[in-house]
Amino acid sequence: MSWVNAVIQGVLTGAFYALFACGLSLLFGVMGIINLAHGDLAVIGGYVAVALIPVTHVPVVWSFAIVVPIFAVGGYVLQRTLLQASLDRGPFTTLLVTFGLSVVAENALLEVFTSNSQSLNIGNLITYSFSINSQITISYFSVVVLALAVAVLGALQLFLSRSRTGRLIRAVADDREAAQLVGANHRHVFGVAAAIAFSTVALAGLAYAMSSQIAPTTGTGTLLSAFEAVVIGGIGSVWGTLVGGVVLGVAQQIGAQINPAYQILAGHLVFLAVLALRPQGLFGTRARA
Amino acid sequence: MSEPSQADVVSGGGAAPGALLEVEHLVVHHGQLRALNDVSVSLRAGETLAIIGANGAGKSTLLRTIAGLHRPTSGRILLDGVDLSHSPPEQRLRRGIALVPEGRRLFPSLTVEENLLVGAYRARPGPFVPDRIYELFEWMRTRRKQRAAELSGGEQQAVAIGRALVANPRVLLLDELSLGLAPLVVQRIYGVLPELLSAGITILLVEQDVAQATRVAARVQCLLEGRTTLEGRPGEFSAEQIETAYFGMSGTSAVGAGAPALEE
Repeated sequence: MSWVNAVIQGVLTGAFYALFACGLSLLFGVMGIINLAHGDLAVIGGYVAVALIPVTHVPVVWSFAIVVPIFAVGGYVLQRTLLQASLDRGPFTTLLVTFGLSVVAENALLEVFTSNSQSLNIGNLITYSFSINSQITISYFSVVVLALAVAVLGALQLFLSRSRTGRLIRAVADDREAAQLVGANHRHVFGVAAAIAFSTVALAGLAYAMSSQIAPTTGTGTLLSAFEAVVIGGIGSVWGTLVGGVVLGVAQQIGAQINPAYQILAGHLVFLAVLALRPQGLFGTRARA
Repeated sequence: MSEPSQADVVSGGGAAPGALLEVEHLVVHHGQLRALNDVSVSLRAGETLAIIGANGAGKSTLLRTIAGLHRPTSGRILLDGVDLSHSPPEQRLRRGIALVPEGRRLFPSLTVEENLLVGAYRARPGPFVPDRIYELFEWMRTRRKQRAAELSGGEQQAVAIGRALVANPRVLLLDELSLGLAPLVVQRIYGVLPELLSAGITILLVEQDVAQATRVAARVQCLLEGRTTLEGRPGEFSAEQIETAYFGMSGTSAVGAGAPALEE
């Protein structure tokens, strides 16, 4: 029965990975940006809430209502300025710039919030759980995160496939110059995509800060899981990211079930296996979205 | 290199005043290379002009510069008297200049229908809506849910024309429609041109195949190494004149396999 528990906990962890990874997938799929600062962005999301809640007196659970709009605007502005300027200079510059952003973000957080870890305290909500039997206990919060991940990814999928702007984002991702010829300002479209990506990473950061502890350097470690989830699922596939996150989460929990020391290793092994056997990812159809 | 004097240009009937699209003394560089060297083009409303010339003559550069994808070093591009020389492509589209680029350049992961819908993103008001495109190319309606990447070259070319048409342009720029297509397919594609003209669209097309160009265009203009070498109505020139303008040397039939075929 403990194996069943491992799978269930793995799915719940994986949903968080997917929520965390979808912004990364979107930035790469649309603009070709490999965002090395993605993990730090999530952590900044948590810290923004930590800083704003005492000022605004918003209940902690509702902090996303402030943080997500801030991140959406911030994402658009950052894309139209720094990221676009680096994209114009080539992919290697972009990689270096996001790496630089990551370093700057971590040190700025250290400067402002010290290296002490922080948490968003949502009180009893985090401890509520229900038991299926003596061995399987599921926390309500992780179910909420699962539902959130499915809702966010589902909405994103629907937006990309059905809406006018979503269609335009896919067109720009396909062929930037041809998109200009149909009247699309690709810089603006990139900005919109970045706003969406930043919003989702803010949600992930808040969920992380509520369920665990964040420190200025937490982002770098969690980033790896996001990358693995994206690669396992396949670049550019929204549902692939969800599946990729879940596969990674389940692999880690099963690894931990075999031996607690194998948790991270098992995730990496599955990641390497997918890279070796199906480099385009489980749901990827093309080399680039 | 000496600047070309007007006397070098074999000129037939000149363009009348009151042109819809006016390209004046355009100079375009690709890095060090001077791709276009003082090229002027004039198009009246409702006219069809074909730009002919060999590979590397600057034909595509001319069209791409008119569409806004290249910045001119000097010279002006005027649509209806409005200077668009420094406007970005998306603004020129809204003014009524649409380009069907060389190599189709559809959005491969989008369906046929989505390609047309994206084409209509900044459309001017006009008769061409996706439904009208499905009437123009009847096969398209039943296959509109198919991804563009799955279409044949000829079908992609038709969708590319449709995608430009739904923007309801005043001037349609067509770059090498026949490239890589079977002759029969080319005929079918060019077959829709009369309907576009009757809808009031002005057409500037680039074509390597001189016979094809002279069949569809009222006027031709030949480019050679970035300069205009011949301009006028096709009937005004002998095959030899065109050949000289095309290759830059007086015609011997031994010019090579790529010689433009005028006889049909």
